[in-house]
Amino acid sequence: MLKQFADYVTFTLLKLQPTSHAGDALNFFIYDTLKIFLLLTTIVFVVAIIRAYFPPEKTKKILSHKMEYIGNVMAALLGIVTPFCSCSAVPLFIGFVEAGIPLGVTFSFLISSPMVNEIALIMLWGLFGWKIALIYTGTGVLLAIASGMVIGRLKMERYVQDYVWETKVGNMEIVQTSFREKIEYARDYTTDLLKKIWPYVIIGIGLGGIVHGYIPAELVVKYAGRDNPFAVLVAVLIGIPLYSNAAGMIPVVQALVGKGMAMGTVLAFMMSVTAISFPEAVILKNVLKMPLILTFFGIVTAGIIIVGYLFNAIL
Amino acid sequence: MEIKVLGPGCANCVKLEELAKTAIKELAMDAKIEKVSDIREIMKYTMSTPGLVVNGKLKHSGKPLPGIEKLKAMIEEEV
Repeated sequence: MLKQFADYVTFTLLKLQPTSHAGDALNFFIYDTLKIFLLLTTIVFVVAIIRAYFPPEKTKKILSHKMEYIGNVMAALLGIVTPFCSCSAVPLFIGFVEAGIPLGVTFSFLISSPMVNEIALIMLWGLFGWKIALIYTGTGVLLAIASGMVIGRLKMERYVQDYVWETKVGNMEIVQTSFREKIEYARDYTTDLLKKIWPYVIIGIGLGGIVHGYIPAELVVKYAGRDNPFAVLVAVLIGIPLYSNAAGMIPVVQALVGKGMAMGTVLAFMMSVTAISFPEAVILKNVLKMPLILTFFGIVTAGIIIVGYLFNAIL
Repeated sequence: MEIKVLGPGCANCVKLEELAKTAIKELAMDAKIEKVSDIREIMKYTMSTPGLVVNGKLKHSGKPLPGIEKLKAMIEEEV
C-alpha cells in the first residue's frame, strides 16, 4: 500500500519517469520515509512500555547478586531493555559498582545498552529485513558479553576514580507506576524521541535517495565492496564520530548496500556509530581513569572490526 | 516544602527546574527549590537524571520529563 502511494505521487501526480534518476530517487524517498516513520512510531511505543518495567534501579538489583560470566550474559541482555542515555552514565556506573556488580559485568551493560537500541533495530529491520536486524542484535549482545569478560579478566579496578569506591548510595526506591502511567510514559517517550530524530531520518533518507539515484555502483563496489580489505577499518573509523545518528545513517548505508557495499562492513559501521562515542568517553572520564577508558574503547573497536571481517567472509 | 531538582547540568535538568518553578508559582506555594548537581548527593536518590525530590521523597526520575499538570500533582501529593 505504501508502495502504491509512493508510485502514485511520483509517477502520476508529478509525472516523473520511473526510469529517470529523479523519479527513482523521489519514489525511494517517499516510500522509505512513510515506512520508517510508521515503524518508528509503533515499535518505539511498544518498546517504551517494556522499558517502563525495567528502570535502571531494577536492573541494578537483578545484577547485584550475579557472578562474572552469568552476570555478563544477563547484563548484556538487560542492556537491551534498560533505558540508558550517556548523560546518566556516571550515576549508573557508580550505582552498579556500589552494588557490588563486578567491573566486567558493568561494562557488558555499558556496551550493550547504547549499541543494541530500538532505533537501530527498527531502522535495520525496516530497511534490511529482520534477518539482518537479528544478526545485529545477536552479534551486539555477544560482543558486549565478550568485551565485558575481557575487561573483567584484566583486573583494572585500580583505574576507576577513587571517589567512586567511597560513594555511599542511598536506599534507592523505585518510583512505582501504574499500567496507565506506563502507557503515558511510553507515549511521552515516543513523542520526545520522534521530535528529536525526525530531521536526521529525513536527511538520511534524502541522502539515501541521492545515492540510490545518482552514485554509480562501480564506485561503491571499488571502495566499500568485499574485495577492499581496508573497507571495514575505514567504515569503523568513520562511524566513531557519528554518534547517536543511527537513524540518519542507516538509510544512506542501505542505499550503499544496494550499490555493492559488503554486509559485514555495514554491520561494523553501524556498531561503531552506536557503540563508540567521544562524548561518552568525556563523560566516563568522571568515573574512569584514562588507561581504563582506552582499554574499553580499544577492546570494543577491535571486537567490531573482527565482526566486520567475519561477516564479510561468511555472508 | 522543600523541592530538589537532581541533575548534573544537562538540558533536561534545566528544563525540569524551570517546570518546578512554574508549578509552585501556579500552585501559589511557598517552596524552596534547590538544584542538586553533586553526583554523590544525587546518588542518594536515583541513578536516572533528572530527578525530582519533594520533602525527601523521590517523585520522578529520568526522561521523559513530566508535564506541568503531572508535576503539580506530584507536589500536591506531598503537602
